[in-house]
Amino acid sequence: MGREIVSSTPNQKQQPSAMSYTVEQLVSVNPYNPDILPDLENYVNEQVSSQTYSLSANLCLLRLYQFVPERMSTQIVARILIKALMAMPAPDFSLCLFLIPERVQMEEQFKTLIVLSHYLETARFRQFWDEAAKSRHIVDAIPGFEQAIQAYAIHVLSLTYQRVPRSVLAEAINIEGLSLDKFIEHQVANSGWAIEKGQLIILPSNEFNHPELKKSTVDGVPLEHIARIFPILG
Amino acid sequence: MDYDSQQQKPGAESTAAGYDPNYVPDSVKSFVVHMYRHIREKNVYEIHQMYETSFQSISDRFFKDSPWPSVDAVAVYVDNDHVFCLLYREMWFRHLYARHSPTLKQRIDSWDNYCSLFQVVLHGVVNMQLPNQWLWDMVDEFVYQFQSFCQYRAKMKSKTEQEITLLRQYDQAWNVYGVLNFLQALVEKSTIIQILEQEKEGLVQFTATDGYDYNGGSNVLKVLGYFSMIGLLRVHCLLGDYHTGLKCLQPIDISQQGVYISVIGSHITTIYHYGFASLMLRRYVDAIREFNKILLYIYKTKQYHQKSPQYEQILKKNEQMYALLAISLSLCPQVMLVEETVNSQLREKYGDKMLRMQRGDDEGFALYDELFSYACPKFITPSAPSYEEPLVNYNQDAYRLQLKLFLYEVKQQQLLSGVRTFLKVYSTISLGKLATYMEVDEPTLRTILMTYKHKTHAVDSNGKITSNADLNFYIDDDMIRVVESKPAKRYGDYFLRQIVKLEGVISDVDRIKLE
Repeated sequence: MGREIVSSTPNQKQQPSAMSYTVEQLVSVNPYNPDILPDLENYVNEQVSSQTYSLSANLCLLRLYQFVPERMSTQIVARILIKALMAMPAPDFSLCLFLIPERVQMEEQFKTLIVLSHYLETARFRQFWDEAAKSRHIVDAIPGFEQAIQAYAIHVLSLTYQRVPRSVLAEAINIEGLSLDKFIEHQVANSGWAIEKGQLIILPSNEFNHPELKKSTVDGVPLEHIARIFPILG
Repeated sequence: MDYDSQQQKPGAESTAAGYDPNYVPDSVKSFVVHMYRHIREKNVYEIHQMYETSFQSISDRFFKDSPWPSVDAVAVYVDNDHVFCLLYREMWFRHLYARHSPTLKQRIDSWDNYCSLFQVVLHGVVNMQLPNQWLWDMVDEFVYQFQSFCQYRAKMKSKTEQEITLLRQYDQAWNVYGVLNFLQALVEKSTIIQILEQEKEGLVQFTATDGYDYNGGSNVLKVLGYFSMIGLLRVHCLLGDYHTGLKCLQPIDISQQGVYISVIGSHITTIYHYGFASLMLRRYVDAIREFNKILLYIYKTKQYHQKSPQYEQILKKNEQMYALLAISLSLCPQVMLVEETVNSQLREKYGDKMLRMQRGDDEGFALYDELFSYACPKFITPSAPSYEEPLVNYNQDAYRLQLKLFLYEVKQQQLLSGVRTFLKVYSTISLGKLATYMEVDEPTLRTILMTYKHKTHAVDSNGKITSNADLNFYIDDDMIRVVESKPAKRYGDYFLRQIVKLEGVISDVDRIKLE
């Protein structure tokens, strides 16, 4: 959601390439025209190779598949779903599933993706990386997959922790040892992380892991409610 | 509107025996003559009266069991006016759908009539001023008949050879592209989106006049275009495309007064689908807020609609929205967003069920299933069946998929209510201790707490993260710290109401004269 405008995951930038511009236009002018189906399919492939993302265009394609099921390409659907996983924490994966007929979802590759999504939705990163490792053939075809999931894991950790143990972080982003040191170093230099006693990482504060930063909402009474008793008070 | 639960066999006339389409009772004659005159004179008030009242009473008196006279029979009384005849047929079919089961042929004819009617409007040759109620009913009925057609077509097992031949021959009738493109064309051609934009800058008036044109122009295209945005929201919800549905509604700012409120049916349809889509998108706070507002509105105003033909429908949607509110609040217990009156109604209807839903066990799970099935839209499969394959019914497929995916979401959240219970009573607790209480290991507890954070933080349409969380906590190394958010008791509301009440009692007492 909104990921087509805001590039909050580092690896799925929206590049205003000439191609994407025309496809986005096609979608907004002909949202219900089956003739644009091949263009949208090409666009999915382009999103994969150029590491860009457009939820609206992909939903439009799934909608057209819904209208003409015989033209559905399961390979394209799989790519859309993987891109949607990469857009987490946005609910894009469910949004896509809502439009994919159940009998298609029964296919093996989709079952795997649904399991992967389930692990991400329930923050079971250990299981996720194990399962992903078993399905290399599906996810390796999509550049930037790992980084996108790591970005999501860090997002969830940042919502939850002020100080997170190194081992918990390692498990969530599936990086260990020297690579992890390097990764953390990079975050310290660029994203405001800090290290404490070597084993604890202080994540940057936000209103979710420092709830006191949130503006307190006082139990106010709107003026129009008070206005109701003006005649009595007078 | 589910009035076509039983389908009639084709050939078996759906109309009562003895129905003579050419017989025009005097009251009908007078009805069409006056209606035609009021329309030509652009007398919106009178049109509205006849449309809302006379049409109903004549239907009740003469056409309880049979359709209205055919359009050919009444055309002579209205100068064979092309547009009036299209409008008459639109009402004719609507009456038929509401009281009888349409045959396949009738469904196809009704589609043709909508095509002709919308073509005329889109070509800009209509110079009428019609009541918003009527224009809303057109869009509403158009979408309803589409939904009804999809349900009908999906029941393939009971189809006769003759019906299948007709379905193949008229494959354009109620075709999903046709339906969506008509609605889209009405939105575009009416330039309603631009009108609403310009209105914000004070350049034009639309909302202030409820969409009517008091400068001699016509409101028909503009208001049909406006309502078509709501029609598109509904069609997309029926297809399970919630994101696109909400996008179609975006030009209408539902936090403000708008023409959608001017007709109760439109108001309810808008909020019901907005709330449902938000629920499916996990934007629980949005759903709760809007359901709360409209349920309060219905509570306060429903007495005025008692005589309206839409009354039954209002009550049904009211009940369904309470069920959706119960679901939303069970997943996201933010009761302080709900006004007291609505809350007490909700407790009365679903208090017990909500307690059980929050337990997260199998029984609670079954209740989510029950409430969802009761309150969800009538999902459709938009594609035509393959007539070559063995004929199977697929009218439940779309519903089953949406239900399954929704319950999947519930399952992912089932451990959250347990953790809520504990976090409510501790301000600080170690992970180890809480894990013991919850009978899980520490790594599992960490995932539950992160799931809580993920599920209670929605990403809105601008990519911005908003919290739906009912309680705030953070983990510091292996300590959980809960930041108390004071339960926002609605003292203000309560005292205001009591003050008004007391004042009422005192003035009553004052009026008593003691001997």
